[in-house]
Amino acid sequence: MIDIVGVYKSFGKLEVLKGINLHIKPREVVCVIGPSGSGKSTLLRCINQLEKVNKGHIYVDGEEVTDPKTDINKVRQKMGMVFQHFNLFPHKTTLENITIAPIKIKGMPKNEADDLAMELLRKVGLEDKAHVYPANLSGGQKQRVAIARALAMQPKVMLFDEPTSALDPEMVGEVLSVMKDLALEGMTMVVVTHEMGFAREVGDRVIFMDEGQIVEEGLPEQIFTDPKNPRTQSFLSKVL
Amino acid sequence: MSGFYGIIDSLFEIRGFQVVYENMPYFLEGAWITIEVTALSVAMGMVLGLFAGLFRLSKNRILRSISVAYIDFFRGTPLFVQILLLHFGVLPYFGVDEAFTSAIIACGLNSGAYIGEIVRAGIQAVDKGQMEAARSLGMNERQAMTYIILPQAYKIVIPPLINEFIALLKDTSLVSTIAVAELTYRGNLVYANTYQAAWVWGAVAIIYFVITKSLGLLGDYVERRLATG
Ligand SMILES: Nc1ncnc2c1ncn2[C@@H]1O[C@H](COP(=O)(O)OP(=O)(O)O)[C@@H](O)[C@H]1O
Ligand SMILES: [Mg+2]
Repeated sequence: MIDIVGVYKSFGKLEVLKGINLHIKPREVVCVIGPSGSGKSTLLRCINQLEKVNKGHIYVDGEEVTDPKTDINKVRQKMGMVFQHFNLFPHKTTLENITIAPIKIKGMPKNEADDLAMELLRKVGLEDKAHVYPANLSGGQKQRVAIARALAMQPKVMLFDEPTSALDPEMVGEVLSVMKDLALEGMTMVVVTHEMGFAREVGDRVIFMDEGQIVEEGLPEQIFTDPKNPRTQSFLSKVL
Repeated sequence: MSGFYGIIDSLFEIRGFQVVYENMPYFLEGAWITIEVTALSVAMGMVLGLFAGLFRLSKNRILRSISVAYIDFFRGTPLFVQILLLHFGVLPYFGVDEAFTSAIIACGLNSGAYIGEIVRAGIQAVDKGQMEAARSLGMNERQAMTYIILPQAYKIVIPPLINEFIALLKDTSLVSTIAVAELTYRGNLVYANTYQAAWVWGAVAIIYFVITKSLGLLGDYVERRLATG
């Protein structure tokens, strides 16, 4: 579903990704962990081309996103992205946040989009908040709306960049539970997270990144109970 | 007559009051023309400014250069000179010789440059994550601008836009130099016939002030509405 081949990325002189290779299968849930500044967000952002790579290739669902000839807007419709700070549209209601992309991009009729949005809101447990503006939602509610908004484009892949890091602790659970449901439905997911419990329980595979490289990867059980690389060991000893 | 007592003396001259009183309809008509020139110029300036602001932030180097050159030129030279240059030196070659039209084109081009900067700042004040969220859904740049960025930028842009409107209203007094019969021009004519400087220019100033103050109050009201809604 996602193929990352020899990807390098620099910001000016700072090399942030140093030769990333990663293959993600359909329906797989890959959790990316690692210290802050190791390049996790940049990797996600390269996958949907919010950042351009300096070298290497990335393929999503058979299309090369790193090829300048690819219609990136088309490919992005297959990928939902959920941001740490939600990035909901403050001038639109919850419902409009969800319907705007299908209506404006796909030309979906408004009533059809509204039905779809209500269904998604039910799925994330917020059907009663359809006509509320983001400013009146809690952090956990905002993030659930953001997930529904991404799902409205019926993506094949969902990218999550620390979706619970900006939340008060008591709201983390409600967001993780929505994500878990999504994983159980078979969504392909790449999740950058500090929630080791989630990675362990829901992840099919865990990737440990450090200083722009994938240092270790494996089954969650293996990574969390028997990490091979000393950098993984030292990172996990700090966070677990 | 000199100094403070000179002014008092002239203000007590009943003749001066009469001049202002009799010419009040004439002045108010001029004030209306001032408002017309301002409104039409700002309308033109808003269209130009929207594009200037968007082009200024465009990835296209040519569009960006055009916008920078336009904004720099019209902000970097006096409006007075722009009016003269356009009315006498440029527009006649395009078949425009009516002063009223020249005035609107000159003031419109000038305010477009200032509004371009206002628009640029307004767009840049919208959180970067908004553009990213829109693009990540698959919107192209134009869709993201139209549906996500500009509707948020407009709230940020309204207060400085009202300030620009007020500033331009005052600056339109410069078009009196090409004989547009707005308020200042009429003040000049009446003064030349009566030499009642304190009365005539005092009245003109008060009319300007009433208009700008009203606009300012309207602006405060709109700003408050935007803040709550
Ligand atoms: N737009 C940018 N410009 C310059 N440097 C950046 C930019 N984005 C990220 N970086 C730098 O790249 C490195 C990796 O960042 P990031 O991918 O956000 O790490 P992580 O998500 O693992 O914390 C950091 O040192 C960060 O400061
Ligand atoms: Mg990050």
